[in-house]
Amino acid sequence: MATENNYAYNSKIEGDLVVTKLDSAINWIRKHSVWPMPMGLACCAIELMAVGASRFDISRFGMEVMRFSPRQADCMIVSGTVTYKMAEVVRRIYDQMAEPKWVVAMGACASTGGMYRSYAVLQGVDRIVPVDVYISGCPPRPEALLDGMIKLQDKIQREPSVKNLMNRDMHQAPEKKSTPATAHA
Amino acid sequence: MESALVEEIVSKFEGSSPRASIDHPAANVPADLLTSVAQWLRDAKGFDMLMDVTSIDFSEDASPRFTGVYHFANSMKHEYVRIAADCLDDVEPELPSLSKIYPAADWHERENFDLMGIKYQGHPDMRRILMWEAYPYHPLRKEFPLAGIETELPAADVAEATQAKVIAAPMMGGPFHSPQTGAMSKREPRAADESWTEAKPKPKN
Ligand code: SF4
Repeated sequence: MATENNYAYNSKIEGDLVVTKLDSAINWIRKHSVWPMPMGLACCAIELMAVGASRFDISRFGMEVMRFSPRQADCMIVSGTVTYKMAEVVRRIYDQMAEPKWVVAMGACASTGGMYRSYAVLQGVDRIVPVDVYISGCPPRPEALLDGMIKLQDKIQREPSVKNLMNRDMHQAPEKKSTPATAHA
Repeated sequence: MESALVEEIVSKFEGSSPRASIDHPAANVPADLLTSVAQWLRDAKGFDMLMDVTSIDFSEDASPRFTGVYHFANSMKHEYVRIAADCLDDVEPELPSLSKIYPAADWHERENFDLMGIKYQGHPDMRRILMWEAYPYHPLRKEFPLAGIETELPAADVAEATQAKVIAAPMMGGPFHSPQTGAMSKREPRAADESWTEAKPKPKN
């Protein structure tokens, strides 16, 4: 934890006491228990599966609990080609995820439409959901996905989570929320 | 291609003719005889499998514009035959459905309807299969651009929340492909011609 060094702590004087900022503590907990929602839509999902298996082992980062129910997940990994027909589903699943939530666009297709410049493919999933991390590659290596997830952890660590919590209007209807582009600003 | 089967079709079904082909025997048949030809191929000739149903758009000014193409296989004799039928109407093309004779025709015909706009008479469920139901175009027709045409997203509430639309895909530098050799990091899909982008227009030559 980066803030540990900023505070002098002498266990002989202060006993079992740790001083930190609430933000750091919350973020530290959050970033080590990301619950991914595997939005596997095409070939990239195969690499996502490899990441979940023993060889690349995403559980080293505390993210191995992939949930296929959006209610139990907080990080949507969009791995694959998003067609316009599927875009509706992706957005709905994103809306159903509990806050706080993050989105990772894995691979060229999810990031930009990739090589599918066609009438049927959404040209980048960031057109319908706010993306936190883009991962290049077609498909990205499992290491690249892990690297992206570590970047996401860094990003979570920097979030003003207490402020976000206070500012949140619990009674606001989901469709009236801020536009996706600013949801994580 | 010379074939006893094609000769038989031509003599048996009035209006049929042999069709040029470099591989399998092929015949043109009139659209209204299509179901009888298929029935005969299946029951009398042992063509027990419908391999594929496709169609051709010969261009906007051609007449007949649309042709339905069917590939039948005889799994006992390893024979194939291709049957083609022109659609009479160039604007609202129609063909009889083969789904009662070959259940395999069902989804194939829906795909043809979706992408080419040919309506199959007597089909049990003539809906789009790939694009969403409200999509206004038939994308494999000749006049439809590969990039697509701007239109609305399938779900109105998602479109409203995201302000997203179905757009004409940016085609700069296309076609796009992944180089099959070289380092992994260099194998992302990229444009064949990177000399122009959305910001920098294509140089006129
Ligand atoms: S980026 Fe490449 S590997 Fe990934 S879904 Fe698209 S085509 Fe498949």
